Amino acid sequence: MSTPIDVATTVKVVAARAAVEPQDEITLIANKWKMKRGSLIMALHDLQSRVGYVPRESAMKLGRQMGVPLARIYEVVTFYNYFKLEAPGKYVISVCLGTACHIKGSAELLSGMERELNVHEGQSTPDKEYHLQAVRCLGCCGLAPLVSVNGKVYAKLKTTDSRTVIDRIQIDKPMVEADQELLAD
Amino acid sequence: MKPEDLDVKAAAELSKQQAFDIRLFTCSSRGCQSSEALGVIAGLKAEIKARQLEGKVQVNGSGCMGLCSKGPLVRMTAKSQKDILFSEIKPEMAVTVVEQVVLPVLEGKKVENPGGDLKRHTLDLNDPFFAMQVYSVLENNGKMDPEKLDDYIARDGYKALRKALTMSAEEICKEMLASGLRGRGGAGFPTGMKWDLTRKVAADIKYIICNGDEGDPGAFMDGSVLEGDPHAVIEGMLIAARAMNATHGVFYIRAEYPLAVERVEKALRQARAAGLVGKNVLDSGWGFDFEIRLGAGAFVCGEETALIASIEGKRGTPRPRPPFPAVKGLWDQPSCINNVETLANVPLILLKGAKWFASRGTEKSKGTKLFALTGKSKNNGLVEVPMGMTLRDVVEKLGGGTGSGLKIKAIQTGGPSGGMIPEHQFDTPVSYENLQMLGSMMGSGGMIVIDENDSVVELAQFYLDFCVDESCGKCAPCRIGGTQMLHLLNKIVDGKGTAQDIKTIRKVAKAMQKASLCALGQTAPNPTLSAIRHFEHEFTERLLPAAPPQV
Repeated sequence: MSTPIDVATTVKVVAARAAVEPQDEITLIANKWKMKRGSLIMALHDLQSRVGYVPRESAMKLGRQMGVPLARIYEVVTFYNYFKLEAPGKYVISVCLGTACHIKGSAELLSGMERELNVHEGQSTPDKEYHLQAVRCLGCCGLAPLVSVNGKVYAKLKTTDSRTVIDRIQIDKPMVEADQELLAD
Repeated sequence: MKPEDLDVKAAAELSKQQAFDIRLFTCSSRGCQSSEALGVIAGLKAEIKARQLEGKVQVNGSGCMGLCSKGPLVRMTAKSQKDILFSEIKPEMAVTVVEQVVLPVLEGKKVENPGGDLKRHTLDLNDPFFAMQVYSVLENNGKMDPEKLDDYIARDGYKALRKALTMSAEEICKEMLASGLRGRGGAGFPTGMKWDLTRKVAADIKYIICNGDEGDPGAFMDGSVLEGDPHAVIEGMLIAARAMNATHGVFYIRAEYPLAVERVEKALRQARAAGLVGKNVLDSGWGFDFEIRLGAGAFVCGEETALIASIEGKRGTPRPRPPFPAVKGLWDQPSCINNVETLANVPLILLKGAKWFASRGTEKSKGTKLFALTGKSKNNGLVEVPMGMTLRDVVEKLGGGTGSGLKIKAIQTGGPSGGMIPEHQFDTPVSYENLQMLGSMMGSGGMIVIDENDSVVELAQFYLDFCVDESCGKCAPCRIGGTQMLHLLNKIVDGKGTAQDIKTIRKVAKAMQKASLCALGQTAPNPTLSAIRHFEHEFTERLLPAAPPQV
């Protein structure tokens, strides 16, 4: 029994795939930045904000289109803390280790998180649900200690609050907002 | 926009504002947003709309109002009475605020000290935390919506730019020099002199760069200024551009501040649409525009030459100076890099005069300074104080002490490049020179309070670990020296150190201070050295007991 082909739907599906297909986004990113001098870091920001990290294949394609050797991209990505080379988990938990948070016991909060999730700082859980990382100051020092999850801030925590935060994540389900600017420009 | 249109716009906006009996300002900065400030704004708007009071009550966002630990803050200004500042307002409390305060005030009653549910959510504006501050850079916060250009224009916005357009580059530099304004990023170089140096270099292309990298962990002044008053920084940069005949402006903002980036982007779009930025600034025939570049999490990029490398899309490593950026900066063109807070001071100086600015402060440190007061302080947040105020006043009166009953042991200023100042030196007035004399530095304005239970050894370890992590690795003194120093410090923290280790730390520190390429390495030993200087016993207490003498 053959399934009738719905042409209109197929076209829609193909178009929709093309719209989210990362390779095409890379062309968009490259086109947006390649005429501007020294814009590699900006292009990488765009890439990471779409994909969550800088995948090797994407970096290669971006490099080809922008005329930047892969080695230079790698050099930059590894220098700056902000860029990731591996896919993070669904929920990126950033424990602030700025001074104000440090004074208020953020190290203890971080080790509590490590215990709860059974991963080390900088790692993702095997199911890719969580990625735990330490960051240097999110600039909300008045609310220390704090944790940011995909940009949503959980503030004025207690050092023993790691379980509470994880439970809250499952209730709030904070998601990264897609970068709307990219397509608009 | 023509120059005179500024007055027309300002007058129109003012009369619009005066039509409201009440204006509500909810802090929409990063800190308060994380405590649901946007929900509060939405809640207030819905309540006002439901009661058809939109013509009488205006609901706005606002820049940071200082007391971040009590956010979200909501400020109510009313024609008929004194302002009220509410704290820790939750979205579901919007209805209470409207019913218990807004409605009675609209009916002509005075509600200056709300009772009931709101009593513990009302802050006393006469409290030293507010009363002792001198608002200048932060003057607009809590009084206008940072996302509205007309609000800024109604508060004399872009009038300093208009004045600058009638002055020569040299005159602007002279005015800056006369004001005594010094770089607020930490080093304290006179801004007028920096501009003048760049002005004197002839070139077709020159850059004015705003350093919004603010990498000091524990400091958030610059982010707050960019979020709370982005147009002031843009205006400051336009004036700076005129003062040195710069042709391009670049904002370099750390990527960890997405809201600041968003606000600057929006402000630039508004300014372009209004003809304040772009091909024909205020109809003067002069064209000027900006680009925004993001940092990517590298503390060293606060250093000028590293910042330039980063804008060029490279690893942010510093290079030896000279040549200074004023001669050879971004893309080898003369460039001037100013800190956010410095630039935010510029329009005020031009509009109110160098004398007005210089009337505050000490002999060599003029004006006001923003501090991010955090740590074990009772009041946590952003404060603006006149230079010359004693550290004790800042920490004990504004900060309210620890609030926990514990004694304050010290403060750390200048972040990872600064040092610890023990309590017995708190009577020192704040100035660049004084803080340096105490073995610390002004830095960008982080001020961390530590109490008697905190270990200075561990704090020193924290900062050194940060600097080692952030060292770019280009020069050996910083890369190797920092690592070795940290090894020794770790040993001491673990209780395995010896007296010799403290001596070696001092020696390594000296080498780093003298031989490092940039300020990161030169200043990285400061927290440790100051901790040893003031609290040596805390180090010696952790040392291994001395071996018994050999018989």
